[in-house]
Amino acid sequence: MTGRVNPLRVLVTILFLVLAGSLILPWQIELQHLDRSARLRSATLDLGLRERVGQAGFLAALSGFRAPLAAFLWISAHAAWERTEWGKMVTLFDSVTALQPRVLLYWDIAAWHMAWNASASALQDLTQPSEALRERSARQYVALGRDFLERGIRNNPDDYHLYESLGRLAAAKELNHAAASDAYAKAASFTNAPAYLSRLAAFESSESPGRQREAYQRLLSLYRSGKQQRVPTLFKLLHELELKLDIPEDQRIHDTIPEAPSNVPPASPSITPR
Amino acid sequence: MSGGSPSPSRILAIAGNTFTDLVRQKVFLFLLIFSLMVIGCSSFLARFSFQEEFQMLKDVSLGAMSLFLSFLAILASAMLLPRDLEDRTIFTILSKPVPRHEYLLGKLFGVLYMLLLSTLLLGGLFLAVLLLREQSVLLETRNSLSSSPQELESALAEIRQSAFNWNLIPAMGILFVKSSLIASLTLMISTFATSGLFAILISSSVYFIGHLQETAREYWLGGIAVHWWSRLSAALLALVFPDLQAFNLSDDIVAGKGIPMDVFWQTVALGVLYTAIYYLAACFVFQKREL
Repeated sequence: MTGRVNPLRVLVTILFLVLAGSLILPWQIELQHLDRSARLRSATLDLGLRERVGQAGFLAALSGFRAPLAAFLWISAHAAWERTEWGKMVTLFDSVTALQPRVLLYWDIAAWHMAWNASASALQDLTQPSEALRERSARQYVALGRDFLERGIRNNPDDYHLYESLGRLAAAKELNHAAASDAYAKAASFTNAPAYLSRLAAFESSESPGRQREAYQRLLSLYRSGKQQRVPTLFKLLHELELKLDIPEDQRIHDTIPEAPSNVPPASPSITPR
Repeated sequence: MSGGSPSPSRILAIAGNTFTDLVRQKVFLFLLIFSLMVIGCSSFLARFSFQEEFQMLKDVSLGAMSLFLSFLAILASAMLLPRDLEDRTIFTILSKPVPRHEYLLGKLFGVLYMLLLSTLLLGGLFLAVLLLREQSVLLETRNSLSSSPQELESALAEIRQSAFNWNLIPAMGILFVKSSLIASLTLMISTFATSGLFAILISSSVYFIGHLQETAREYWLGGIAVHWWSRLSAALLALVFPDLQAFNLSDDIVAGKGIPMDVFWQTVALGVLYTAIYYLAACFVFQKREL
């Protein structure tokens, strides 16, 4: 390519771009705030991620290819799962969730793999002869699952799904019914949450020592809220608590238990049933 | 060479020729690669749960669209002026009463038309694969789930929710706006570049720097105690280069976040403004360039 350009013109062009940039700057900042308030462009990439995904991966993430890179790493994590390489999976899940912190699915499934699959695998790991150590290892995986869910909630505080998963994990894997009840109650407090979450909060509360009075009040309130909540488990627990708490006869519920539930909670996890 | 009053027909004629020229160079062959990638990806991802499959199909397809459109914009725009100079076509055109700014506008419109068509084709193909996979999963679920009609309907609704959502359309629109901006920027660089290769290299570098503009801006305005020259460099970076992260909303949109209409239109307007600014700068440099 031949032809000469006047350097002065190039300099004036750069000055023109600086001037135009100065005029656009307040708009850019306002648009950035608008994006952040709509929960867009809010993922931050740190140097820890650079160490995990490598220089090329980090460059790709900085160049606007966070989502495809996350998908690629997710496939690698799936391959690691097929080979039951749990440690590698944790690293990959960390990278995926750092790249796409707004995708609930990644947090939820990462937690499920750790708390359910990895912990079960650790319990059956015959290369570890000590049962105590196997159990300790399983508990550590459950804690990792909880950590994924808690970090997911911090990144997505406006969605009930991860609270629901946290409730399920606390109930099924930690046997901490008070924590499960709190998590389900938090999930149920969202306006778009399904009705069964309020029941699960009350059910878990009824299994939690010292919270039976509170559980009874919750169950009673659900019973009074309408027919949609009157499922057999609710009646069964109400009757049990009436006896345990010695509720006066005239205040007890005397309805008959319906034959079949109108709707049941889905199987775990909340986003991806398996 | 001046050409009197502005003529839309002259601009459209140059745009049409530019488009035809790009088509003759088989730029649309990249569609074949994209098709193989999306279709191959969708069949491979069928091993995952349907939510994972749809999530990754959207991630990979929109990411590939962004990459293809951006690099297509750079490669197509960077070669426009060098090729015309090499073929001496530029002398034939500019010896007629065609002003240089109209020549550049025609060239830019030709590339934008090609980018628009590519966005429509890529987007159409992606949505077709997504809808086909959705129908396939729906059919599979209908045949395999022997539960109550209520539960079946709830499962089908969840599948539909995971697959297509209307926010994918503005996401693709923003990818087109971003590629238009890059095309205009590359055209500006090619007006003072010494070769096509130089223009491609500089534009590719600007592409990466543009994605870090937001970081430079925050560094500049964040009040961090640094040397004055570091702050000046960050300020220059923030002012001269476009904020390409403002057009990277598809990562969050595929995560299920909706894009408010005011954000969408402001992003489009910002892209159009950048495109116009780089076109004006290109005209200024090209006006007095020796050919």
